[in-house]
Amino acid sequence: MIDLDIKKQFPIFNRKINNKKLVYLDSANSSQKPIQVIDRLNNFYKNEFSNVGRSVHSLAVSATNNYENTREIVKKYINAKFKEEIVFTKGGTEAINLIASTFGQKFLKEGDEIIITELEHHSNYVPWHYLRELKKIKINFAEINNLGEVTLESIAEKINDKTKMIAVTHLSNVTGAILPIKEICELAHSKNIPVLIDGCQGAPHLKLDMQNIDCDFYAISCHKMYGPTGLGILYAKKKWLDEIPPYQGGGGMIQEVKKDKITYAGLPNKYEAGTMPTAEVVAFSESIKFLNNVGIEKIMLHEKKLMDYAINLLNKNNSVKIIANPTTKGAVISFTIEGIHPHDTATILDEDGVAIRAGHHCCQILHEKLGVAATARASLGIYNTEEDIDQLNESINNCKKIFSLK
Amino acid sequence: MNLKELYQEIILDYGKNPRNLRKIENFNKDAKGYNPLCGDKVHVYLKLDDNKKIKDISFEGSGCAISMASASIMTDLIKGKKEREVKDIIDDFLEMIKEKSELNSKNLKVDEKTKLMSLSGVKQYPMRVKCATLSWHTLTSAINNVQEEVNTERFD
Repeated sequence: MIDLDIKKQFPIFNRKINNKKLVYLDSANSSQKPIQVIDRLNNFYKNEFSNVGRSVHSLAVSATNNYENTREIVKKYINAKFKEEIVFTKGGTEAINLIASTFGQKFLKEGDEIIITELEHHSNYVPWHYLRELKKIKINFAEINNLGEVTLESIAEKINDKTKMIAVTHLSNVTGAILPIKEICELAHSKNIPVLIDGCQGAPHLKLDMQNIDCDFYAISCHKMYGPTGLGILYAKKKWLDEIPPYQGGGGMIQEVKKDKITYAGLPNKYEAGTMPTAEVVAFSESIKFLNNVGIEKIMLHEKKLMDYAINLLNKNNSVKIIANPTTKGAVISFTIEGIHPHDTATILDEDGVAIRAGHHCCQILHEKLGVAATARASLGIYNTEEDIDQLNESINNCKKIFSLK
Repeated sequence: MNLKELYQEIILDYGKNPRNLRKIENFNKDAKGYNPLCGDKVHVYLKLDDNKKIKDISFEGSGCAISMASASIMTDLIKGKKEREVKDIIDDFLEMIKEKSELNSKNLKVDEKTKLMSLSGVKQYPMRVKCATLSWHTLTSAINNVQEEVNTERFD
């Protein structure tokens, strides 16, 4: 088990919510931030602030070095082959939009097909829908099985001669299913189809090795990874970044601008137009250091043990129904309480300081398939403990008491 | 305690046993509403007579205790009232649920006001106000013959 020192590194846990200790079970939505990240942001603005890559003064040089240093740290953390393969974006959503837009522009035409899954977050569906409207491509949905997971076979079923892209989540933010992404990449590549992984949920909880997974694109949301908001990362194989057009135009992404001709900057600057979230990038290096200090193996083990504990406890609680039961499951438990709407559950839990999410979690397609309008979701982070899960269960019982359920 | 103000007995009761939850035969006005944030759906049916009096009103849908109770109380109150009175009550309710501390409509009797005020606890939960107002906005659409589905994300 993780020692309590980890929780102490997160200042938010010093405060009370409705006079109760905060039990934060909404990390799949966004994680809390360790003090190192907060201090780094603070110090950058206080003592080091400058824009990067433009000016020659001392502050600009040091800011640029720190900014580029984070790129190097990220490259190592996800084991990318080249530093140029790390593109900073304003979020995981923008990372996916960037690829859908530029890849779509260059390579997709009417009648082409792409495969996504029924598990996808709206941010890995809507950007492809734009292409459906713009270019009349077809979107095929690989189906979930009765365990709430998408298997290699269900992806394989949808592949045909017209398939031009497979875009799947690494870890479902609703069922918690972990997809066999390495196998999906192998299969896709044997048919010359590139693969985009929506890693927004996977990255904070799983070991990342881009060269081993061999995906073409991997989208990361930094604020779910104990980092600042307003920042995401697109990993893309260099061969693709060399070939696809730029996304946004503006300062920093050009090489030379003439009245009749514009040439673009090299990688990765070609994809980083305008002033970037500089302080956030610099501070994100501290998130990675934090993850490295704890160790991803230890994180995975801790979250697995906690998940088993939670599932066991909630399964014993009659009238609680856990949604889906995937074979390999990440740190997410979606559930319903018979006779209580998830929004009522979330409001009542909040009174006890227990923060969960209720709704469709940006997955309307999946909820329709599961046949529920909404679910309550408890999601874990590195700071959660068995005590938190006990409080969750106790507050669920309180909920049942208010609604006079046995 | 706030939570007790929000989940009063009447709200919990109506949440579990909604009133007027059915589809009226030969309704002459109806509208649908949807809250994409929580997936709540409501369909309001009205039967108006020649004098624009609400002969019957009902709703179909699913949702949280707040939205089911709100639709139940609304349909109970509105039955038998004239269309223009209903419009006045809707305005009064929507103002109360957001900011005002009381109901002022002349078209509401004292006991009706008391019943409606049981929803006032929602005010302290800004994220839940839409749960309480969905059926009311949908009723407005039905009265005004608006074809498009009410969507709580399109107004405050």
